[in-house]
Amino acid sequence: MDLTLKIWRQKNAKTKGEFVTYQISGISPDCSFLEMLDQMNEKLIRENDEPVDFRKCPVSFDHDCREGICGMCGLFINGRPHGPDEAITTCQLHMRKFKDGDTIVIEPWRSRAFPIIKDLLVDRSAFDKIIQAGGYVNVNTGGVPDANSILIKKNNAELAMDAAACIGCGACVAACANASAMLFVSAKVSQLALLPQGKVESKERVQKMVRTMDKLGFGNCSNTYACEFECPKSVNRSNIARMNLEFIIAKTCTEKETVRIAGV
Amino acid sequence: MTQLNSKVPTGPVPLMWSNYKATCKLVNPANKRKLDIIVVGTGLAGASAAASLAELGYNVKIFCYQDSPRRAHSIAAQGGINAAKNYQNDGDSVYRLFVDTIKGGDYRARESNVYRLAEVSNAIIDQCVAQGVPFAREYGGLLDNRSFGGAQVSRTFYARGQTGQQLLLGAYSALSRQIAKGTVTLYNRRDMLDVVLVDGKARGIIVRNLITGEIEKYFGHAVVLGTGGYGNAYYLSTNAMGSNASPIWKAYKKGAFFANPCFTQIHPTCIPVHGDYQSKLTLMSESLRNDGRIWVPKKLEDAEKCRNKQLKANDIPEEDRDYYLERRYPAFGNLVPRDVASRAAKERCDAGYGVGSGFAVYLDFADSIKRLGRETIEARYGNLFQMYEKIVNENGYESPMMIYPAVHYTMGGIWVDYNLMTSIPGLYALGECNFSDHGANRLGASALMQGLADGYFVLPYTIADYLAGEIHTKRIPTDTAEFNEAEKNAKNTVEKLKAIKGKQSVDVFHKKLGKIMWEYCGMGRNEEGLKKALELIPQLKKEFWQDLKLPGGTDEFNPEIEKAGRVADFIELSELIVRDGLNRRESCGGHFREEMQTEEGEAKRDDENFAYVAAWEYKGENAEPELHKEQLEFKEIKLATRNYK
Ligand SMILES: Cc1cc2nc3c(=O)[nH]c(=O)nc-3n(C[C@H](O)[C@H](O)[C@H](O)COP(=O)(O)OP(=O)(O)OC[C@H]3O[C@@H](n4cnc5c(N)ncnc54)[C@H](O)[C@@H]3O)c2cc1C
Ligand code: FES
Repeated sequence: MDLTLKIWRQKNAKTKGEFVTYQISGISPDCSFLEMLDQMNEKLIRENDEPVDFRKCPVSFDHDCREGICGMCGLFINGRPHGPDEAITTCQLHMRKFKDGDTIVIEPWRSRAFPIIKDLLVDRSAFDKIIQAGGYVNVNTGGVPDANSILIKKNNAELAMDAAACIGCGACVAACANASAMLFVSAKVSQLALLPQGKVESKERVQKMVRTMDKLGFGNCSNTYACEFECPKSVNRSNIARMNLEFIIAKTCTEKETVRIAGV
Repeated sequence: MTQLNSKVPTGPVPLMWSNYKATCKLVNPANKRKLDIIVVGTGLAGASAAASLAELGYNVKIFCYQDSPRRAHSIAAQGGINAAKNYQNDGDSVYRLFVDTIKGGDYRARESNVYRLAEVSNAIIDQCVAQGVPFAREYGGLLDNRSFGGAQVSRTFYARGQTGQQLLLGAYSALSRQIAKGTVTLYNRRDMLDVVLVDGKARGIIVRNLITGEIEKYFGHAVVLGTGGYGNAYYLSTNAMGSNASPIWKAYKKGAFFANPCFTQIHPTCIPVHGDYQSKLTLMSESLRNDGRIWVPKKLEDAEKCRNKQLKANDIPEEDRDYYLERRYPAFGNLVPRDVASRAAKERCDAGYGVGSGFAVYLDFADSIKRLGRETIEARYGNLFQMYEKIVNENGYESPMMIYPAVHYTMGGIWVDYNLMTSIPGLYALGECNFSDHGANRLGASALMQGLADGYFVLPYTIADYLAGEIHTKRIPTDTAEFNEAEKNAKNTVEKLKAIKGKQSVDVFHKKLGKIMWEYCGMGRNEEGLKKALELIPQLKKEFWQDLKLPGGTDEFNPEIEKAGRVADFIELSELIVRDGLNRRESCGGHFREEMQTEEGEAKRDDENFAYVAAWEYKGENAEPELHKEQLEFKEIKLATRNYK
């Protein structure tokens, strides 16, 4: 396949970026999108001796596992996070999804809360900060009960697992017109709220996490659900509903009422 | 010659750990606050250690090269984690898990460490459940189990096909909780370049800030490495693109012994190689062997037709299929250990029965789908089938998957004593980067167990035994001669790489190295090939330092720099892998010396001469490393030939 690539190049956080056009040929439809970029970078290295112009240096992008689980990769391809396929990460996207002669536009995630570091690389540490605000059960190592002493309904375990499948890539934020992180936050809130271990602190948790999310500059949810559509792990929008419910209960109900409504 | 002291406690093996815990030194809470611990790595080993140590009151600094601790490659583990809970009432026990692990490792692991691993395995499951890890459940609300290779009991706990992800997120949440409390400081996007020794003890590390390119120095009263495996020496593997050996290699060059480097694991069920541009190989979890049957065509002409796409797998009648694992190993069938399954696949393909490109066999779910229904199979492995389809563009429910062995795990690693301390005082190694528990072959679902055992339940005790003697050591400023010297060396290496100004990119060299290693030190190894590799690798090293091309600046985000440093280290490590393989004139576990096999093609171990851990000591740039032998004592288990028939 022969392709034209329009890639966002930006030297660092302080400079302005621009689209730069590159040509690449002889790409196999069986190779992955990132392997296509590898080949382009290899070509840039081969063809340019000590390039002074950073646009002739390899393009920087984040990636690690290359099997759709670490959440490190994330490119905005032809206007879609992770490109033109469903339930997929950028590293799992394959070139057979494109046609010979196509022009492909490649950008980084764009969101105030994810500042660009270089080229296609963004800083997603805001996600870590949200988890640090309360995305855990307060237990120390050791001194916990036998695993089978906590019974969990299969259905709840399955729903919790559905939510826990989130890989923290940030596609939900990139997909959202408001750059909202509701899907990401609600996935963790839901996972823990669905399990007895997490239920104990669910009131405090949801408030702390939502407060931190707001503080970090993520936008509001306006219920268009582009996040769910673009999520590589198909994390369900019902988690947002569950989080909203948890949040309202936490905000408005006394301890006693919470017990009655949510069955804590 | 440094004497190897494994510090194995005295007394009967099953009582060692309880005795140790009852008598080891402790550090009181007020003193813990005065002690800094550096942890490199945020995988299961590093994250669990850092969180647990911080909970105890130590000051922890944790490092990873990714943007977030949650990305460590433990995240990619699919199948599950073992524990001796015996929830299934099928005869499991701590003792049996211990025996299976020693046997699975082909009797090349230390009994004391393995027993301890089995002993703490149950606490890991309790801990993870308490953290909210969503393990699979039965309808009654109890935990579910599955089976893995090398065991006849069902002791593997799992969270769909994402067990590693869920366990890591559990450890990451515990770590995040400590970061929020200020007891752990996180340094992400940092690449460890060296360990700093002061008066012979590990006292700090040198890292490169991957965003700014700056070289930074950090102090710790002790340094803990949890930096993962070195499978990427082979270029193509199931590891992450960034997985590397540099931290342990630098530790080796500073005096930590490297143990059993040739013990590498080739996993039988991976998606086959399909092109030169390929950057990594994807694992299809071993758990698939619970329900999938492995076969190749019985007739050579059918295999050829399959390769030419003239014949489809589904069109081959039952009687013309060779379920070779079931044929050769009726007792364990498709669930033989990995090394056995991998070699059997290679044997069939080398004999001309391979399908696909010729280097692939079928993994067939038709029978299970018939027996259990597609829905059940989907519930068990849905994400794996999806992954397969995304990569290969074929539907694994409708026709058999194609798989082939690939480099996956490294049993070898930095030598550690019973305390998990390396031969450098104050330097520890946990998880895949140490050599300790899996002998010559790791059983499925045992690496997650080991990483978390080391981090949650072993190191917090054993490190106190050392730090109790360090409570009077004041924090050492990082502008002392030792730190400055290490910093200078690290800077020089970067400059030197940049100054070569050759013609070939890092990736080109990495691929060349991978080809040598796969060809001469892969699934089958022999004297001639290993010797050949010992010629080729130094040549490649020379070429690398003369012809590397490194674009971009050194004071900015520039992945070519990290890659170059890593490949430089992989080249050197590969030489040691080969040297170790040459020295070990026996076949055991993942190390199959073609000269040493039985008539039926099974591995022939040599207990008389090789029942030892080969621990290599660095002797300088142009000197041969020195071999130290830690003789393995078997007090509990009688050495026997592994038999899975
Ligand atoms: C695809 C796959 C599937 C697997 N499935 C299973 C399974 O089902 N069951 C099982 O038991 N085991 C499985 N394993 C094995 C198991 O996942 C690993 O052995 C284990 O998770 C390793 O954990 P770790 O903490 O030692 O290292 P890792 O999780 O690899 O973590 C390494 C850490 O070190 C850091 N690091 C590395 N180099 C540097 C450096 N130079 N500077 C700074 N930081 C650095 C990284 O940032 C990372 O945080 C699987 C492995 C793979 C690859
Ligand atoms: S690189 Fe890990 S999810 Fe894509």
